[in-house]
Amino acid sequence: MSAILEYREISKRFFDVEVLKNVSFTLRQGTVLGLVGENGAGKSTLMNLLGGVFPYDSGEILLNGKKYAPRHPKEALGHQIAFIHQELNLFTNLSVMENLFLHDFPKAGIPGLPFISRSKMRRKAMEVLETVDLSVSPDMPVEKLSQGERQLVEIAKALNQNAKIIIFDEPTTSLTARETEKLFEIIERLKKSGISMIYISHILSDIYRLCDDLVVLRDGEVVARGASADIPVDRLIPLMVGRTMNQMFPTREHEIGEVVFEVKNLNQPGIVKDIRFQVRAGEVVGISGLMGSGRSELARILFGLDPYESGEIRLKGEKLERLSPRACIERGMAFLTENRREEGLLLDQSISENLALVNLPDLAKGWIKKISRAELKTKVEEIFGAFRIASHDPYRQTVRTLSGGNQQKVVIGKWVINEPTLFILDEPTRGIDVGAKYDVYSIINQLAKNGTAVIMISSELEELLGMCDRILVMHAGELTGEFDRASFDRENILRAALGEA
Amino acid sequence: MLRKTIRRIFASEYLVLYLCLVYFAVMAFIEPIFATGENMANIFANMLPLLIIAAGQTVVLITGGIDLSVTSIVAVCSIVGASLITADGGVLSGVPLGVPLTFAAMFLIGIILGWFNGVAITKFGMPPFIVTLTMMMGVSGFAIWYSRSLPIYNLPDAFVMFGRDSVFFIPYAAFIVFIILWILHLVLSRTLFGRWVYAVGMNAKAARISGVPVHRTIIRVYIISAVCGVIGAILLTGRLETGSPVMARNMFLDVVGAAVLGGTSLFGGKGKIVWTVFGVLFITLIDNSLNLIGMSYFTIMIVKGAIILLAAFIDAIRNRLLAVRA
Repeated sequence: MSAILEYREISKRFFDVEVLKNVSFTLRQGTVLGLVGENGAGKSTLMNLLGGVFPYDSGEILLNGKKYAPRHPKEALGHQIAFIHQELNLFTNLSVMENLFLHDFPKAGIPGLPFISRSKMRRKAMEVLETVDLSVSPDMPVEKLSQGERQLVEIAKALNQNAKIIIFDEPTTSLTARETEKLFEIIERLKKSGISMIYISHILSDIYRLCDDLVVLRDGEVVARGASADIPVDRLIPLMVGRTMNQMFPTREHEIGEVVFEVKNLNQPGIVKDIRFQVRAGEVVGISGLMGSGRSELARILFGLDPYESGEIRLKGEKLERLSPRACIERGMAFLTENRREEGLLLDQSISENLALVNLPDLAKGWIKKISRAELKTKVEEIFGAFRIASHDPYRQTVRTLSGGNQQKVVIGKWVINEPTLFILDEPTRGIDVGAKYDVYSIINQLAKNGTAVIMISSELEELLGMCDRILVMHAGELTGEFDRASFDRENILRAALGEA
Repeated sequence: MLRKTIRRIFASEYLVLYLCLVYFAVMAFIEPIFATGENMANIFANMLPLLIIAAGQTVVLITGGIDLSVTSIVAVCSIVGASLITADGGVLSGVPLGVPLTFAAMFLIGIILGWFNGVAITKFGMPPFIVTLTMMMGVSGFAIWYSRSLPIYNLPDAFVMFGRDSVFFIPYAAFIVFIILWILHLVLSRTLFGRWVYAVGMNAKAARISGVPVHRTIIRVYIISAVCGVIGAILLTGRLETGSPVMARNMFLDVVGAAVLGGTSLFGGKGKIVWTVFGVLFITLIDNSLNLIGMSYFTIMIVKGAIILLAAFIDAIRNRLLAVRA
């Protein structure tokens, strides 16, 4: 099979930082190339060069044997390269067909007049939708479609533009198991029809299933490339990380005490069903499950953000009723949401104001509730130092300007100030780099050591295996498995997550 | 060096104050009457009602809301208060403690209307713009219907003294306004409630998850705005010695304009009482000076509009400057 795309010794610098160093690899016609590496390894930069977002400094990219140096995203499209991003670029207020033809609406008969032929557009749209097995009306507004269907629309759009190379960037993060399965079928079909693809993902099992070849990036360099059969997982992970697994997690030393949190027969139709579990003081309990399994929804119910129909929730023996975030906080609960920018931070306020937010009522003195500045300062500085938040001035620097890892430390910090009895963390390490991950893990271990009961929700199984005393597995709103540290087993956990246990 | 100084002035939160001083100097040069003690006292007295109403509005704007109804609350409180206490047949006229009772009634009306605004916005999830716009239409309609569109005169001295009289050349109104401004400033900057106001305006979702009582906070800010409106009504009614159903009708542009001019963001999360004081000062200076040089009301509107737009433009530039510095 011939090479359709070739990177030769590509380098790229941003200011003084070399983000890509002599990267070379080949995408063969009609195959899927897996691109793996940690956050910040240079994957997106590599693809942005292809998309014409910015130019490369040295080396060359060959497209069909010819030099390719796009200066503008439009140029990439002209070369039949399409991108399917993690956050889909669809206009949710427009219909499916309008999205498909946004770049080039079919014109109605009268030449020179800017009228769109809706009938022609509808007919063409039906054809394209069929090739991706999507049976929705072309007139359906995209906002009514599920994430999986939107993904298919995005693929249909690429095909509609005659794409010969499609780049998938973490396409499955928001899909259900079934939607993922369908996506993979379509990818197989596209491959047979001669389309070449680059597939970027953190989910290694998907990579192995789909990809013919692999390119492993670390710190902007290719550390391995070849047929995926020649790079087994146990070799791949150390290659990506640059160190072996047992160094990824800090040592744990904590004692497990009494039961502090108990959930019995928790039900909310369509969301969770008959959930029951306990968490003990000093215990770290993981909740695993695929996207859409109800993990985050369960956490939101437990913290009083969403309602539940029946069931019992007990904290330290006290039955909690009429839950609200405020009531939960007053009883010693804390909740780190999965999206820190939307639900965790006051982005344009200072680090100290963010850290103090949860604890403010305790800092307010007298009937006028005046905030004690001295006390605030002590508390903020304690966390600021202990968490090693990288900032020159916690009182003036806004949280927006911090890196993802430091932002996450601020969100965790604001809860830790309140000394929680139970801390629910939803995706505590999403989108942060390895170093910050290690810090977050250390913080969690430290909390457990001090007797906090921890519930940790994560899509990364490795992280749960490395951190938890026990893992609960959810599938379609139900608990389908429970594993002790002694019985941790990747396969069994995945089976439970897929509802096949 | 010069560039640096210019940057520092632009980035300073006292920028509007500096602009006021420059404007004052230029205008004093063009029209000498402008800088006379008498005119300055006039400017100062004119500022007071606007100050108190704009300060209340600032608190609402910080939460990311807007209170379009405040000027209609001024009107309805003016007319209802005057109708109760007027010597031309007011029910509280001549009654012992009639004046305090009248004030109490006015505050009660304000608190109820503000509370209604807040509840409609929080519990029913309606947009502040619609809620307060319809409130404004309803309330100002009521004020005109209630008074049959006639002003009310013959108000007792005890009622009008707060807006009209002075002690040692300083209007009572000045004491009232500056004490309340000072309290609002402290509330916003030093208290739990103040922190919550900013948190809600910056990110209501995150605030709720962090245990901030978002609804209660929002309801309170609309009550604060309405109460400031009532105080404005007392001062304006006293100053004119007349209850009017169309009082403060043309003031709304100045209220929001002054807050925005000072630097308070319409998107919420950012704003200070001091900034609004500067904004009010600037707007009042413009009004007064253009009046003095003989411009018509409509021309003044054009100039004010342009200046508020310019302020928004400067604010955008300033944000970019600050972002670069951080």
